[in-house]
Amino acid sequence: MADEYILEMHGICKYFPGVKALDGVELQVRPGTVHTLMGENGAGKSTLMKCLIGMQPVTAGTIIHKGKEVHFKSVQDSIHAGITMIQQELSPVLERTVADNLWLGREPMKNKFMCDNKALYTEAEALFKKLNLEVDVYAKMKDLTVAKQQMVEIAKAVSHDSNIVIMDEPTSALTDAEVEDLFRIIADLKAKNVAIIYISHKMDEIFRISDDITVFRDGTYVGTDRAANLNNEKLIEMMVGRKITNMFPKIPCPIGDVMFKVENLNSGKQVKNVSFEVRKGEILGFAGLVGAGRTETMETIFGMRKKDSGRIWLNGKELNIKSPRDAIDNKIGLLTEDRRGNGIFGLLSITDNTTVANWGAYGMPMNNKQMLKDTEEYNTKLRTKTPTWETRIMNLSGGNQQKVLLARWLLTKPDLLIVDEPTRGIDVGAKSEIHELLSKLAGEGKAIIVISSEMPEVMGISDRIVVMHEGEMTGVLNRDEFSQELLMRYATGGSAVEELKKQQGSLES
Amino acid sequence: MKSKAEKSQFSKLISDNGIWVVLVVLIIAITIVNRNFFTPNNAVALLTGEAVKGVMTFGVTLAILSKGIDLSTGSVAALSAICSAALCQASTSKLWAGLPTMPAIVGILGGICIGLIVGFANGWMVAYLRLHPFIATLGTQLICRALCKLITPGPVSKLTPGFRFLGNGKVGPFHMIVIVMIIMFIILAFMLKMTRFGKSVYAVGGNDQAARVAGINVEHTLVKVYMWCSFCAALGGVLLAGRSDSADPANTGLNYELDAIAAATVGGTSQTGGICRPSGVIAGILIMGVINNGMVMMGVNDQMTFIVKGLIIIGSVAFDMRKNAVKK
Repeated sequence: MADEYILEMHGICKYFPGVKALDGVELQVRPGTVHTLMGENGAGKSTLMKCLIGMQPVTAGTIIHKGKEVHFKSVQDSIHAGITMIQQELSPVLERTVADNLWLGREPMKNKFMCDNKALYTEAEALFKKLNLEVDVYAKMKDLTVAKQQMVEIAKAVSHDSNIVIMDEPTSALTDAEVEDLFRIIADLKAKNVAIIYISHKMDEIFRISDDITVFRDGTYVGTDRAANLNNEKLIEMMVGRKITNMFPKIPCPIGDVMFKVENLNSGKQVKNVSFEVRKGEILGFAGLVGAGRTETMETIFGMRKKDSGRIWLNGKELNIKSPRDAIDNKIGLLTEDRRGNGIFGLLSITDNTTVANWGAYGMPMNNKQMLKDTEEYNTKLRTKTPTWETRIMNLSGGNQQKVLLARWLLTKPDLLIVDEPTRGIDVGAKSEIHELLSKLAGEGKAIIVISSEMPEVMGISDRIVVMHEGEMTGVLNRDEFSQELLMRYATGGSAVEELKKQQGSLES
Repeated sequence: MKSKAEKSQFSKLISDNGIWVVLVVLIIAITIVNRNFFTPNNAVALLTGEAVKGVMTFGVTLAILSKGIDLSTGSVAALSAICSAALCQASTSKLWAGLPTMPAIVGILGGICIGLIVGFANGWMVAYLRLHPFIATLGTQLICRALCKLITPGPVSKLTPGFRFLGNGKVGPFHMIVIVMIIMFIILAFMLKMTRFGKSVYAVGGNDQAARVAGINVEHTLVKVYMWCSFCAALGGVLLAGRSDSADPANTGLNYELDAIAAATVGGTSQTGGICRPSGVIAGILIMGVINNGMVMMGVNDQMTFIVKGLIIIGSVAFDMRKNAVKK
């Protein structure tokens, strides 16, 4: 029995301050198989893998590798034990050659001090030949396409003589032909009794290569089954099948005239011909998978990203927005997705963080008393918990930081408020408070756009939902049409659209 | 429990004002060795000695706060000193022969204008060409010093009494140069606490991406930061020329940029940007002054003074890093 699984993870818990990222998760991987992890964004798949390879310590739980309990303290430890991970976000040394990257940190040596530069390249060439891949080992990493970089990363994992290879969404940047190459490599690895843990959102892929599938939801374990026993519908149900309780208190409110309108918006490859409108008092949801272009669309509207073409109206007036300042002056607010990256000023006080977008309104010299008064008023309304208003924002929990950011945008009194993943990484209590607030704001006659990768959230609070996939809109649903299955289909490449075409085709014939 | 809370309150008070504790300890230590250190006369000597570097520190503080640096301030001070001195020469053999003797104010404004031009160039390179501030200001440092030597091979001296008043004069019992430093400090503190620009510098230094999203014009803010920085340096140069009655292309303001950066850093202005307390900067300037002056009073040789300064800089930054690292 002990030999049946190469890897067992039992009762894995990982708590971040205020968030349970993993709560009693189970995983059992058989050697020589592809074991796929599935779940919505934020279900805890990547976190579990990071815990496995020692990038993050687990809060509780046991990991058994080849029948022995292990505690990897660093990635080096896990590589030594034969577990390698191909990260979702690659981090190659761009200015060095392919071969340099391949043998980084374990260069072939001539003697104790000198690298064997000849062997560095010949061994790299031999490796790619063995894998049947065409990669120029002398090329600088930065000159390779992302797909080729991924291939180098895969070759690196293979060269470690691993017994477990983890691939986190390896095909997201690959073309179809390259995906075939990858699957061939996976088959080779399987034949060598290597276990592969595969993370992906793409259904067709998963059923092609998986032997076992484990599903997670909100950091908890849902179940494991042989792929042969599952199908599309069953899998989606397992992934999103949670009950919608009163997590999303939606206050019905009258929906008025069109307030905000976007026509044929384009920006690079991320935003292609996006057109939509939002009415007064309406909450418009944006659903899709990570990288679908939703954030980029909003950044383009807000002047953070260059607009290639497209027109924008608010309250019947056409806007020409060139910078976030223009957007704010035209009564648009954007709560960004990346709270730490471009949301909070960690070192500044709650007061400064609340008032920053509105500093122009406090005169010269600035009326610090008024700033404090406004901060108090808005944060009290949002029930922000903080010791004092002078506390540095980085000392607050994620949920309270988010409330301060919401206070910031409410203070600018926007007509259109865009919120991008407003509840990511914050606890359940604050989550439903934010939902309630958004609903209330719509009731006050604002137009609201909510981006969320959590299906229940976007369905719970939206009046209509726009679904995007690879920069394009694949569908718009009214509230009575909402279903998680339909959203998922639109979001995973519009297979629903193809099905519709098929149906139409069969009707016509 | 209560005593623990009290203790943590006390330790917070100490760690928040650690810089002043260091200053007091230094003063007591030096006074024990030499009673003459803690006298009004020596205090005046210390302040007048540090005033120019103090003014320049107020400038570079803002650059560091914006997550940048300014290496050009010493050379800018020299360029400003030479130009303003040349405008206000009283001697018969003038650098610019035939130039009528200008009132002091013309010389002062002339020097400051030069500073603002260099500052604009620095800011523009940092904000729009996205040059690293270290590189951009290293470039202007070299260029400005070379310009000084091109303008005049030797010192420009014998300046008008009006101009010299700025460096040596007294208003009542107070030295003009110290008054200028205090005024500049008040302006800095007012700017940081009470103006949109000052708050924007904190925001840009703390998180420039977030600043942009919050509607702050990051580029304009940076240009203004470097203009302020060079303005302070140029004013420092004018004071130096007035004080020594001459401006020397080779030595005026030499290495002052490093002293200014050191004082700002010891004063708790973090190189990682976004952290600065005006009161800390004053403490930083005083600490550097106390070391300079005290080591002489104690009869310690020059090299020892440098060693002590070096240790204080390293120690204060290590202390700051730990304090902030824990919070992150």
